[in-house]
Amino acid sequence: MNARFHDIVVTVNGEETPATVDARKTLVDFLREDVGLTGSHVGCEHGVCGACSVRVDGAVVRGCLMLAVQCNGAHVETIEGVADTEEITDLQEAFIARNALQCGFCTPGMLLTAQELLAAGGVPTREQIRVHLSGNYCRCTGYQAIIDAVEAVAQARHSSQGT
Amino acid sequence: MKPAPFAYAKARSVAHAIELLGADDARLLAGGQSLIATLNMRLSHPALLIDLNGVGGLDGIVSSNGHLEIGALVRHAQAERSAELARRAPLIALAMPHIGHPAIRNRGTIGGSVAFADPAAELPACVLALDGELAIVGPQGSRAVKADDFFKGLFETALTARDVLTAIRIPAAGAETRVGFAEFARRHGDYAMVGLAASARADGKQLRDVRLAYFGVGSTPLRARHAEQALAAGDVEAAVRALAQDLNPPDDVQASGTVKTHLAGVLLRRVTRQLDQAPP
Repeated sequence: MNARFHDIVVTVNGEETPATVDARKTLVDFLREDVGLTGSHVGCEHGVCGACSVRVDGAVVRGCLMLAVQCNGAHVETIEGVADTEEITDLQEAFIARNALQCGFCTPGMLLTAQELLAAGGVPTREQIRVHLSGNYCRCTGYQAIIDAVEAVAQARHSSQGT
Repeated sequence: MKPAPFAYAKARSVAHAIELLGADDARLLAGGQSLIATLNMRLSHPALLIDLNGVGGLDGIVSSNGHLEIGALVRHAQAERSAELARRAPLIALAMPHIGHPAIRNRGTIGGSVAFADPAAELPACVLALDGELAIVGPQGSRAVKADDFFKGLFETALTARDVLTAIRIPAAGAETRVGFAEFARRHGDYAMVGLAASARADGKQLRDVRLAYFGVGSTPLRARHAEQALAAGDVEAAVRALAQDLNPPDDVQASGTVKTHLAGVLLRRVTRQLDQAPP
């Protein structure tokens, strides 16, 4: 089985997706080119910018630093799937309300990474939000509005839990 | 960029991985957070990638006989959450939030970081500061190599082309153990411009067995042995001065060697304050 091409079955946003992939194909290229899900973006291709962030078996990872062939049998969730489940609707709305995006290139990665922090529970400090998002570059906003949006959602979710 | 073509095989066991490593130009793939970046940039182009993910028995964090053994496939995020690691290896717990970003830590492995041996990486310096050893399995069987003998040169270790790193082993922290960690990086989670991992044993007011492991200042993590002696003698400023003997960092894109040596002194003062305090 030391081959270049491999048959895989990946569950993408809940849907079993069989494919034959070249071993060198990264997960994000597979999602964009083979599955047609272009919400995950290709930025730096070496793990620095965070635009390609996706969830694999529940954990946010760099889509450019994982090979598609490694995802055989895995559950992969992209921004399309996570948005469809309405898991992050409040976060998306807060990003819009606070101008936490301009060009939108970093936004899918920002949302998934922020949601990972928020899902851990509690209300993180602005510094904790900054540190958690430190691996996601945004070249438009200057980050303040993104921190504002994430903080607002954390507070809103926390207070709605209390009632 | 995209990687050059390669073949891919999933190892079923450590023995199977070693067998597969018999092929020409084969590389082991663990978390891939450094390797796949270098593939994408075509800085490396192996003929075969051997995926260790899924090999059983390499993802435990286990205390025994005064040691803590951390399996090579333990992911950074798993280590970060481990109460056992926080108690037995507080230095690694201190270093963990500085290693990459959350998404990198979700995937990157302890063994991969040590085996890759980036000279600016945190974990190799921690293993060196803790007088740890590396458990290695090769075609001739298993062996252990002390951290002092493991890091040979730039991205070069005691691992041969047929070896698999299976675990890191460090002495478990006791009541008298003191540790300290600090680094300067341009952005949180980036590789350090200069960093310092330190351990010592408290003996009354004195520090003994001081081990200072700097990273980002040479081709490997480096012990500052003159500074260690000065610190054990209780003279922090003499230790800072001794760094001029111990370190000779080359200029790089982030900072000149002179700046790095200055920052190494700043870190030493900060880390010394941590060493003077018993862990909570």
